[in-house]
Amino acid sequence: MNPQAIIDGLVSGSTIGLGAIGLTLTYSILRFANFTHGDFLAWGAYLTLTVAGVLGGLAAGLGAPVYPFSFGWGLPLAILGGVVLTVALALGLDRILFGRLRARGADTIIIVMASFGASMALRSLLEFIFTAKPAYFTKALQIAKPLGLGMRATPDQLLVIGLTLVLVLALHLVVTHSATGRAMRAVSENPGLAGVYGIDVGKVVRVTWIIGAGMACIAGVMAGLLVQIRPYMGFDLLLPLFAAAILGGIGSIPGAMLGGLIIGLVEAFAVQIVGAEWRAAISFVILVLVLMLRPQGIFGQRGA
Amino acid sequence: MTALVLDDLRAGYDRDLPIVKGVSFTVTKGEAVCILGPNGAGKSTMIKAVAGLVPCFGGRVQLDGREITGLPSHELVRKGMGFVPQTENIFTRLSILENLQIAAQLLPRQDRARRIEAMLAMFPDLSSRPRELAGALSGGQRQMLAAARALLNEPQVLMLDEPSAGLSPKLVGQVFDTLRRISDTGVTLLLVEQNVRAALGLTDRALVLVDGQLAHDGPTVDLHDGKLLGELFLGHRAAETRA
Repeated sequence: MNPQAIIDGLVSGSTIGLGAIGLTLTYSILRFANFTHGDFLAWGAYLTLTVAGVLGGLAAGLGAPVYPFSFGWGLPLAILGGVVLTVALALGLDRILFGRLRARGADTIIIVMASFGASMALRSLLEFIFTAKPAYFTKALQIAKPLGLGMRATPDQLLVIGLTLVLVLALHLVVTHSATGRAMRAVSENPGLAGVYGIDVGKVVRVTWIIGAGMACIAGVMAGLLVQIRPYMGFDLLLPLFAAAILGGIGSIPGAMLGGLIIGLVEAFAVQIVGAEWRAAISFVILVLVLMLRPQGIFGQRGA
Repeated sequence: MTALVLDDLRAGYDRDLPIVKGVSFTVTKGEAVCILGPNGAGKSTMIKAVAGLVPCFGGRVQLDGREITGLPSHELVRKGMGFVPQTENIFTRLSILENLQIAAQLLPRQDRARRIEAMLAMFPDLSSRPRELAGALSGGQRQMLAAARALLNEPQVLMLDEPSAGLSPKLVGQVFDTLRRISDTGVTLLLVEQNVRAALGLTDRALVLVDGQLAHDGPTVDLHDGKLLGELFLGHRAAETRA
């Protein structure tokens, strides 16, 4: 078996894990499976691309690649803008759709179906605005450098893995050691009691969207940087995202990340055995196995 | 000095079928009041409505002279209302200390550690293992943590919904001893309770709610022989309230 699958798996697993963090947070705090989450990845990538284009128009030097990476300073700056816009999209959607349904006391299935519909609308809108033609953050080619043991990686790929680990660690520390994190865990366990404790549940919901959409945007940019940007890129990642969130244990940030890395690695190795055409089925198989054997996931608690 | 006023409060889960049907009473500062009544009388619904957890359809509630009708529960905590629900009244997946830290978040930064220390000193069972998950506590210890959490913000009024529910007689004694100590500090207590004997032993005044309406309001001594209470519970006595 080719050891290169380890690097391939870690790279795709980083994107999946980062994306799954938002999914697991909305699932545990807002208590519904948010199908629009995949589209936040795609919108995040396109919005960042748009901001990068505007910045490139204002200062051409920002687009010039910075060695050893394939992109210039414009991209990190554009990510900041992309994150802000993706967060605004998520908060706006919550305000006009999910928040209203929650206020009416709608059943979870109604909210899930609403998210499914919103997901289709967001995807179609993306295709309408940007067309289905793939787009790219950079046209620069990168040569993968040898890492030893028969593995190779591009500087962009190593950056993606490193940035993911830093973000996940920072987020985990925020959730476990800050007042905001305690409030999020409290709302996740019992939103009614949270109010009695003096927690503003509406504020926690907004923070959840901010973190989830922000991470989705960065995950979308990573996927776009390493492969390409397409309107369906988020939809195609949706099943691995759900599989990672459930495998890691709903509500657990390290769990979502670990779940993402496991899915990425299993996909990468399985492709060598059963062929790339079965890649999409692998997440589904893992999802079914987890639900049958350990429904609470790796770090989840029973009944969570 | 008035701590809490309910004026013709109507509340429930369905506007067409209110559970609390026009209840009025006033609680003075430092008073300990129990709310008794048969199952389904609307006792818990009434204090949940006061605590902002059940919709109010009419009437008004005042806390320390300020209108609080229909305010969400998190705002009521900031205004001095403490509420301990009957069940699921602590976060079991958080540690004892984290439960207290969440409540302390409403206090000025410089007061938080001091108030947490004060609560741990008041409830020694909690102070020996503050980093343990609250889910590992016994039923009585959970009630103490719930009370400590509510007291941490120095509420003007502390409402408790059946603090003895599901506890052994020994633990009921412990919980009521704790409530007596809390009452002795001058906190206004409003207690919904099915354990009539324990509630009458703790409080100065009893309200009896029957079918969502106030059937009796008077000193607890009036109910000690059980005769009047039996008549009120069984509906044999017309509404009798203290002016």
